[in-house]
Amino acid sequence: MEKQEKGFPYGHVIGFLVAVALTIFALLVVFKTSFATSTKFTLIGLMAVFQAALQLFMFMHMTEGNDRDSKVIHTIYAIGMGIVIIVGSIWVMTAGHSIH
Amino acid sequence: MNMNTNSSLPMEYQSEQSRLNILGFWIFIGAEIILFATLFAVYGVLKPRTAGGPTGADIFVIKDVIVQTLLLLTSSFTAGLVIYEMRRNHLKGLILWTVITLLLGAGFLYMEINEFIHYVEMGATMQTSAFLSSLFVLLGTHGAHVTLGIGWAILLMIQLAKRKITPVTAGKVHIWALYWHFLDVIWIFIFTFVYLAGVL
Repeated sequence: MEKQEKGFPYGHVIGFLVAVALTIFALLVVFKTSFATSTKFTLIGLMAVFQAALQLFMFMHMTEGNDRDSKVIHTIYAIGMGIVIIVGSIWVMTAGHSIH
Repeated sequence: MNMNTNSSLPMEYQSEQSRLNILGFWIFIGAEIILFATLFAVYGVLKPRTAGGPTGADIFVIKDVIVQTLLLLTSSFTAGLVIYEMRRNHLKGLILWTVITLLLGAGFLYMEINEFIHYVEMGATMQTSAFLSSLFVLLGTHGAHVTLGIGWAILLMIQLAKRKITPVTAGKVHIWALYWHFLDVIWIFIFTFVYLAGVL
């Protein structure tokens, strides 16, 4: 699966351009559209997730080497825990439970 | 399971120690994900608690944040080129792209320090409100990581200049690049959920 790193680094340049495009798209959504705030929030959140995935797979070589499964499973597990911590904390602390 | 090295893989996987170090570093990144998740959670909870002080929309300068974002995004790209050059066994290219990466990282830090000074001058300090405390802790922890990453790379480059590209030094550079990309991943979420969401 390992390709020789020869010639022009197309993969890196494409990854970089896509990342810049996603950033610009997020800025356009926030400043140049009249969507509802929640729609804007969802859209820019999606852009962020796409961009993070791009970094993990295109720049961080997560899926190479003999330990690829360990790396991928562990990282996805950590991301899952992170989501539970963030969404759980905000839900508990803002949904009115904390006043009791 | 084959525990021996696989010669079809890049040089940083050719020594057992480097291979395990890379795996170990991914486990460390898992811990870092949890660290930043807790800081994002605290920020998300405390964001409305401005205690009569400024809100995000009052203090954020989006133009400067865009510059910071482009600096860090570009530095993540150039860090990718560091590994690309390393795998072509180009030591000069490796060092050149690392220096460019570090200059972009230093530019980012310069912007961030100015941002903090700007906030404090506006009366938005760590003590002003729970919102600002959590904001400074989140941004400061990220900025401290960038600072550490710059120092780490400088030490690595000294070693690279002395020992050249070997399975051992290649593993170290790969790990540093992982760290640097990870900091950009965290910044993407700061950019989106702190700054953009702050001015929605």
